[in-house]
This record gives sequence, C-alpha cells and structure tokens, in this order.
Amino acid sequence: MEALSSLIDGFGVLGDPANIMYMFIGITLGVLIGVLPGLGGANGVAILLPLTFTMSPTSAIIMLSCIYWGALFGGAITSVLFNIPGEPWSVATTFDGYPLAQQGRAGEALTAAFTSSFVGALIAVVILTFLAPLVADFALEFGPAELFAVQLLTFCSFVGMGKEPPFKTLAAMMFGFALAAVGQDPTTGQLRMTFGWYELLRGFDFLIAVIGLFGIGEILLTMEEGLAFRGKSAKINPRIVLQTWAQLPRYWVTALRGAIVGCWMGITPGGATPASFMSYGLAKRMSKRGPNFGNGELEGVVAPETAAHAAGTSALLPMLTLGIPGSPTAAVLLGGLLIWGLQPGPLLFIEQPDFVWGLIASMYLGNVAGLIVVLTTVPLFAAILRIPFSIIAPVIVTICAVGAYTVNNALLDMSFMLIFGVIGYVFKKLNYPLAPLVLALVLGDMAESNFRNAMVLSDGNVSIFWSNGLVGSICGLAVFMLFWPAISAGLRHLRGTTSHLPAE
Amino acid sequence: MQDQEHTGGGLVSARAVDIVVALIMVGIGALVMADSLRLGAGWAEDGPQSGYFPFYIGLIIVVVSLGTVALAVFGRKQNRDAFVHSVQLRHVLRVLAPTVGFIALIGLIGIYVASAFFIGASMRWLGRFRWRTIVVVSIAVPFALFLLFEIWFLVPLPKGPLEDFLGY
Repeated sequence: MEALSSLIDGFGVLGDPANIMYMFIGITLGVLIGVLPGLGGANGVAILLPLTFTMSPTSAIIMLSCIYWGALFGGAITSVLFNIPGEPWSVATTFDGYPLAQQGRAGEALTAAFTSSFVGALIAVVILTFLAPLVADFALEFGPAELFAVQLLTFCSFVGMGKEPPFKTLAAMMFGFALAAVGQDPTTGQLRMTFGWYELLRGFDFLIAVIGLFGIGEILLTMEEGLAFRGKSAKINPRIVLQTWAQLPRYWVTALRGAIVGCWMGITPGGATPASFMSYGLAKRMSKRGPNFGNGELEGVVAPETAAHAAGTSALLPMLTLGIPGSPTAAVLLGGLLIWGLQPGPLLFIEQPDFVWGLIASMYLGNVAGLIVVLTTVPLFAAILRIPFSIIAPVIVTICAVGAYTVNNALLDMSFMLIFGVIGYVFKKLNYPLAPLVLALVLGDMAESNFRNAMVLSDGNVSIFWSNGLVGSICGLAVFMLFWPAISAGLRHLRGTTSHLPAE
Repeated sequence: MQDQEHTGGGLVSARAVDIVVALIMVGIGALVMADSLRLGAGWAEDGPQSGYFPFYIGLIIVVVSLGTVALAVFGRKQNRDAFVHSVQLRHVLRVLAPTVGFIALIGLIGIYVASAFFIGASMRWLGRFRWRTIVVVSIAVPFALFLLFEIWFLVPLPKGPLEDFLGY
C-alpha cells in the first residue's frame, strides 16, 4: 500500500542521528513542560517555536511534535501525584489517579496512565497513517469556498459542542478574528485597527497571545489557591510497572473505546479535553467497575488517558491535510508551519512528502521513546515539583517573557503577553473558552482570504457557499452545529414539559 | 483540583464582572465596526473592501455580547458566586504586581538582571528564604539562562547596562 511505503520512507528521514537527538530532547522538554503549570502544551510549543527557526523545518517539527508528546505524557504526572491537572485534558485523570496515589498506589496509576496514553496515541497514529493520504486526496478537490466552509464548520462546532455558553464562545472566537485582522490587510495592504499605533503594523502574533493566555493566565489562576504544592511521593520501579502491565489487558475494551472516542474528537475539532471526559463518562456507565470510579480504579485512569492522547494525536490529521488544527497546540504547530513557508493542506502531501512522512514516522518513535523516558524519569520530575513555588513561579514567568520576546525581538510583545495573561485569567473565570480564540487568531487571515477568494470567484454572490453538494452539505452541517445549543435547549424544553426527568 | 471553601470575603459577584466584561466586548465590537466603516465595508469592483470581513466580525461581537449582558441581567441561571475572593485576589496580585514590575524593568536593565531581582524578590516576599539562598539562586538562574540563550542558542535577549559594561 502506498501509505506504508511512504511511511517507510519517512522512517528513513529519521535515520539522521540529529533528528533522533531532537526527538529525545523534545520529549524531555515536553514532559518538563507538561509537568510545570503555566507551561502547558500549547504554551510550551509556542515558547520553543522561535528557537527552532535555525533548524530545518523537518527537524524542527519533529522536535516540536515530540515536545507535544512529552507534554501529553507529563500532564498525567501532576494529575496523579498532586491532583493538579498539568493540562486541561488531564483533569479527568485526577478523578481516579489521585485517589490511587493517596492509597499509595501512585506507581500503578502512573504506569497505567502512561501505557494508556501510549496505546491511545499508537492507535491514532496508525489511523492517521492510512487516513491522511485519503483525506488529502479528497481535499485536493477543494476550492476556496470549500476550504472556507470547512473552517466555518470548525468554528461552528466549537459553538455547538462546547461546554461554554454559546454567546461567550462566539464572542471569544470573534475577538480572535478581530485580533487577527489588526495590522495590514493581506490583500489590499491597508492598515486595519492600528489607530495610528505604528507598533501594531505587524498585528498580534498568535504566539504572544498563546503564551499570555495559556501561560501567564494559567499561573495567575493557579496562584488563586496560594502556593501550596504538596504532592504524594511516587515509587515507580520495574516490578510495579510489570505488575500493572499484567493487569492492564483486562481493560482493553475501555482502552479501545477511549481510543475511538479520542480519534473522533481529535479529528472533528473537539479536542483532547472533551474526549477525556467523554471517555471517562462512558466507561463509568458501561463498565462493571463503574460504580467504584472516583475511588481509585485503574480503569478510571485508562479511559481518559487513551482518549486524550488519541485525540491529541489525531488532531494533527486535519491540521496536516486540511490546514485545520483540531486543538490549540495543533494551532500553534500550524502557525509554525506557516512561518516556515509550508502550507498545510492537501498540497503538502504532494509537495513535501519527506516532511510529512518524516513527521508521521516520528510520531511512532516519539510515542515509544516518550513512554520509556517518562517511566524512567518520574521521580526526577516529581522532585522538581517539590521546588517551592516562590522559585518556580518567577522562573516560569521569566521563561514566558523570553518566549514572548524571541518571537519578534520586540520588547512591546512582553507587555502584550502580560495583557493577554490578564485576559486569559478573566476569561477563564468567566467561562469564555480560549481555544476558539486561539484558533481564530491563527486561522483568521486564512479564513478571510478564502472567503474573499470565494466571493471574487462568484462575483459577490454568497450562494457560492451552497452551489454544489460538497460545499452545501458542509455549510449545512456548520449551520446545524451553530444552532445546536438552541435546538437542544428547545428539545429539552419540549421533553421537560411532557415527562418528569430526574434533576441532573 | 483543590477545592477549598471560601466563606465570605467575596469581592465582587461573578455576575457583575460578567456584565462589565460583556459591555467591554460590546465596546470593542463597536470599535471594530467603526474602523471597518472607515476603510469601507462594502464592495469594490474587484471584491470585498478591506473592512468587509471585520465589520461583520465586530457586528457579531456586539450582538453576542449584548446577549450575554441580557442573559446575565435577566437570565434564570444566575451565578451568585463571587468572581474572586479577597484571599484569592491577594494571592494573584502577589504574582501579578511583581510581574508587571519585572516586565517594566526589562526595558531598562535587561532581562537577566531584571529576572535576578524578580526571582530574588519573589523568594524573599513569597518564600521567606535565607538571604544566602536567595542570592545564590537569583544569580544562578539568570546566569544559566544567559549561557543557554546568549552562548548556546545564540538568541539575543534584551540586555542592559551591566552587559554593556561586561562587553556583550
């Protein structure tokens, strides 16, 4: 099969020892980032992105995606040991992970979490390997109207499937678009919304926004509960690992289900976080051990972790094939690709096969390497977290400031980072979702130019968006997603008046 | 997540902040619309004018945020919790205020010296360490950063009079 031979070529790209080294560096950095609050997946990749400008795009993306893996793995460490989710998608892992740690079974919990992550990601990568070329081929037919429709669907899905109030989701998203529009209009070169401020010529860089929103904002949020960072100790040795591995095959149904949920949520822009919750909820309802979830059930760790990692991995599928990132971190990676002059989308597979398949091959190896690294270094990372927050917090802020500066060598960007940090803090507290904001910021210019090109093609006729079956169905689905909250509220109201439902 | 009970000491209700932020968003949306109208939000001969897309973005922001205000004022599910308790706010400010100072200082004395002060101040006021530890750590970390960025990665960071003096 063509996919397999391309994959093997991809592994050849990895044969370069420099790339292997970047892989391990990336994973180690990634786990560190995943473990420290405020340096989450999206933020960490954003900070380290400018450092990779001197590397070749292939090496750079390998290292960055391994950072991504590392962060995925690392988030579980703090969830289990400290009951603090290192990443939003590790929240569900705390439900059973921390109780296990409290019972002295932290080693088992961590082994289960890491192994589940490995399995979830592996299944997702295999699916990605075979599905990606198919989707890319299919997407070659896409014109600007279709591309805009897909992006529209992405954003409408946030409104439809997000937990946050739809008005706020729309507001956050549009805010992101507005921020993306600041600066020079890519088509006409006119200055938009700079209000005479020369520094805004470049517009807002999404990296600055990500570092501020997810980095500084996260730290401010963590600070609310004060500086306590007391965690359970973890003893993880080969015996515990093997013992846990012996137990895990029992949960293969949960793992498989989690992986499928994760792949689905990752490809459609749901993301790893809802995937982990959904998988946990499903497992709780469908498993024999369900009632015991929340008290330290290994299965309660397997479910969310497989889903979260499958989702995180498969989020890369739409990013590579369609240019639609399925998660904020994928959005940052997408931004990086754009900076290197690589245009994600169907043409990428044709024009840059080395890059694409090298990346996909690195996902396999990165996953394996990640599992090894993380199993062996847990005590080290747990020790790092014992460093008092009064030292760690300013160091993290300094690193964020460095990250913000290195994007454009502009001092002003650090102040913007701070402003975004406060925005991130307030938004999170008020339940405004940040992911659509970031996605809009990254995709804003692209979406607008697709829209404009489509309009030019149709001579100003909006009906181009339902002119053929493909566009029409995508747009139809998008509109449906957009109004889903209203529809489901209406349905609930109808049902509620005719039957007595137990209070949720 | 740690879930502590904060009884009393709530500074301002979440609902109030919700309304204020939504009103600010309305203002931002209006601003976007205004600037788009300046550029022209209609149709030129060869396609949409520069302000076409942003105009509708601004419009959506205004409409949606007015909706948020309406929901907050008249809606059934009122969030009566406090937006932030004074204890929490104090903790947040203890990091935010020094951070603002830090960023301001970077422009003046460079990031390495600024971070030395930042880390040192944080250790002293938030951590109560002994002076000896404070001095060691707050010099060691920027020094390590210096080696990492200036020497190894060759990524220039903002520097100040001290580095000028040392010849960098």
